[in-house]
Amino acid sequence: MAQLAVNIGALSLKNPVMTASGTFGYGYEFADFVDLNRLGGFIVKGTTLRPREGNDYPRMAETTGGMLNCVGLQNKGVDYFCRHIYPRLVDYDTNVLVNVSGSSPEDYAACAERIAALEHIPAIELNISCPNVRDGGMAFGVTTEGAASVVKAVRKAYHKTLIVKLSPNVTSITDIARAVEAEGADAVSLINTLMGMSVDIERRQSRLSIGTGGLSGPCVNPVALRMVWQVAKAVHIPIVGLGGICTAEDAIEFLMCGATAVEIGTANFLDPAVTMKVIDGINAWCDAHGVEDIHDIIGALHD
Amino acid sequence: MKKYVSRLPIVGKTFLRADYVVLALHVEANLLREIRPGQFVQLKAEHTSSVFLRRPISIHFVDVEREQMWLLIHIIGEGTEALAQCEVGQTLDCLFPLGNGFTMPAQAGRQMLLIGGGVGLAPMLGYGAALAAQGHTVTFLLGGRRDVDILQYDEFCKYGEVCITTEYGSMGERGFVTQHTVLAQRRFDHIAACGPKPMMVAVARYAAAHDIDCEVSLENMMACGLGACLCCVEHTVKGNVCVCTEGPVFNIKQLNWQL
Ligand SMILES: Cc1cc2nc3c(=O)[nH]c(=O)nc-3n(C[C@H](O)[C@H](O)[C@H](O)COP(=O)(O)OP(=O)(O)OC[C@H]3O[C@@H](n4cnc5c(N)ncnc54)[C@H](O)[C@@H]3O)c2cc1C
Ligand SMILES: Cc1cc2nc3c(=O)[nH]c(=O)nc-3n(C[C@H](O)[C@H](O)[C@H](O)COP(=O)(O)O)c2cc1C
Ligand code: FES
Repeated sequence: MAQLAVNIGALSLKNPVMTASGTFGYGYEFADFVDLNRLGGFIVKGTTLRPREGNDYPRMAETTGGMLNCVGLQNKGVDYFCRHIYPRLVDYDTNVLVNVSGSSPEDYAACAERIAALEHIPAIELNISCPNVRDGGMAFGVTTEGAASVVKAVRKAYHKTLIVKLSPNVTSITDIARAVEAEGADAVSLINTLMGMSVDIERRQSRLSIGTGGLSGPCVNPVALRMVWQVAKAVHIPIVGLGGICTAEDAIEFLMCGATAVEIGTANFLDPAVTMKVIDGINAWCDAHGVEDIHDIIGALHD
Repeated sequence: MKKYVSRLPIVGKTFLRADYVVLALHVEANLLREIRPGQFVQLKAEHTSSVFLRRPISIHFVDVEREQMWLLIHIIGEGTEALAQCEVGQTLDCLFPLGNGFTMPAQAGRQMLLIGGGVGLAPMLGYGAALAAQGHTVTFLLGGRRDVDILQYDEFCKYGEVCITTEYGSMGERGFVTQHTVLAQRRFDHIAACGPKPMMVAVARYAAAHDIDCEVSLENMMACGLGACLCCVEHTVKGNVCVCTEGPVFNIKQLNWQL
C-alpha cells in the first residue's frame, strides 16, 4: 500500500482521485456503484446564484472517443443547493466540493459566499470555462483580465480552498493560469471541455440545440495532458488534472506531468464504478513499481 | 431501488427479422422481481471502437421462473449492430434497472390499452404480462408500416387481445394506431404508448380529447442513464427533467406537448 494522500492548498485528499463536475451529479446517484467515502473527493454539478433551466434538448452528441454536451449549467440555484442537497452530503467521509459558476464577478462572489457558510464544503472549484452559456462562464476564462476579475472578487468573499477551473479554448492557457495564481487562487484545475460541433448531414443541422458544445472523453486526453504539463511549469500552485481519464494509467500520466490530483468525468458514464478501479489501479501500479509515496511520481517526468 | 452494473450471460438469441433480435439475459430471480415494467437498461457495445456511450434499451419482458430478462433490439446503427452480434455464451455489460416504469393501476379490473409502434412495442410485452397477472384486461394495439413490422405477435396474444394497424393494410386494419376501430368500440381506463414521437403525440391527443389517463415512454438520447449528466431532459410542467430517472414514462399531463 503506497501512501496516496495529497494536499491541494489546505485541502487534504486521502488519494488523488476526485470526480469532475457535471459528470457525477451530487454523488448519491453513484452510491450503488461506488463507496463515495473512498474517493479523494467529489465535485458536484455547476451551481449558480439563481436557478437555471439550461439549454434545450438535444444536449448531447456522441463523437469518436468522446461526446459533446451543451447542458448549459442547469441547476436549481445555490439556495436550493444549501437547503435541500447539502444536508444529504454532510455525512460523507470525503471532500465534497462545489463547482461555482456565474455571469458576473459579483454573481460568482455571492454564490461563493453562500457556499463558504457550509461547514462541510471545504473548497470550491470556480468554473470560468463553461463553453455552453452565452452570458458568462467561458467569457471570463478566455482573457487574463476576465479570469483575474472573477478570482479577485471571489477571493475577497471566500477564504477556504479556491480552485479555479481553466478553459482549454484559449491561445495561452499558461497566461490565464498565471493570472489566477496572481489573484490568490490556491490551485487550478484543467481542462474544461473543448468547444466543438457535430452535424447531422441528412437534416443539415447541428446535433446540438445551440449549435456548439463541449467535447469531453478520451479524445481530449492528449490535449489536456499537454496543457497540464505546460501549466505545471508556469505556476507554483497545485494542479488538478482532468480530461478523458478512464484508467489508472491515464491518471498516472497526469500526475507525472505535474498534477497533484485528478478528476474523472465522462468515464463515469461508461462505467459508474470507474473511480474505484482507478484508485485501486494507482495503488497496484505504485506497489508494482516500488513507489512508496504518490509524491514520488507527481511531476516526475524525465526530460 | 438499487441499481446494478454487471456482466449478464446471454442465454438466448432469436432474430425476429434481419434487423430485429431478441436477447435473453440470465438475471437472478430476486433481482428480476425488483424490475418494474417500462424500465430500461444501459448496455455497453463492446468489440467496436466507434461506439462510445452505452445504449439504452427497454426491458422487453422478464421471466422470473427461467431467470431471464429479454431485450428487443432494432439494429439501426453501429451500437445496436454490435449488440446484435453478441452470441449465446457471451456476457453483456449491463447497467440496470433504470428509470421509473409504467404505473400499475391502483384500482382492480381496469381496461388497459397498450399501444406500441415499431420497436416501441418492446416494453409493452412485459407491461401487458404484469397487468394481466394482476387481473386487468389488456388490449394491445400494435402499429407498423407493413406486416413484417408487427413483431412478437404470438407472445402478445398470451396476455390479451391484439389489435393491429399497418399503413398499407397488409395486416390488421389499414391506417395509424389512432384510427383503429377498437378505440370507438371500447372504453379504456388507461392508455400507455411507446413508439415514434409523432405516433405518441397522436395517441396523447386522442387520450386528452377523450379524457383518458395516458402515459407515454420517451426515448431521448442519453449518456449516463443515472440522472447525473442532464443530457436527456424533456421539458415538462416542472421544467427540464431527466428522462432517465423521472421517466422514461410520463403522464401526458406532465409534458408540454401541443395537444
Ligand atoms: C429509454 C430508452 C429505451 C429504448 N428502448 C429500445 C429498445 O427496447 N429497443 C431498441 O432497439 N431501441 C431502443 N431505444 C433506442 C436505442 O437506444 C437507439 O436506437 C440506439 O441507442 C441506437 O444506437 P446505434 O449505435 O445503433 O445507432 P446510432 O449510430 O447511435 O444512431 C443511428 C440513428 O439512430 C438515432 N438514435 C440514436 N440514439 C437514439 C435514441 N435514443 N432514440 C432515437 N433515435 C436514436 C441517431 O440519431 C441516428 O440517426 C431506446 C432508447 C431509450 C432512450
Ligand atoms: C455532461 C457534462 C456536464 C458538465 N458540466 C460541468 C459543469 O457544470 N461545470 C464544470 O466546471 N464542468 C462541467 N463539465 C466538464 C467536466 O467537468 C470536465 O471538465 C470535462 O468533461 C473533461 O473531463 P472528462 O474528459 O474526464 O469528462 C461537464 C462535462 C460533461 C460531459
Ligand atoms: S442520461 Fe444522464 S441524466 Fe439522463
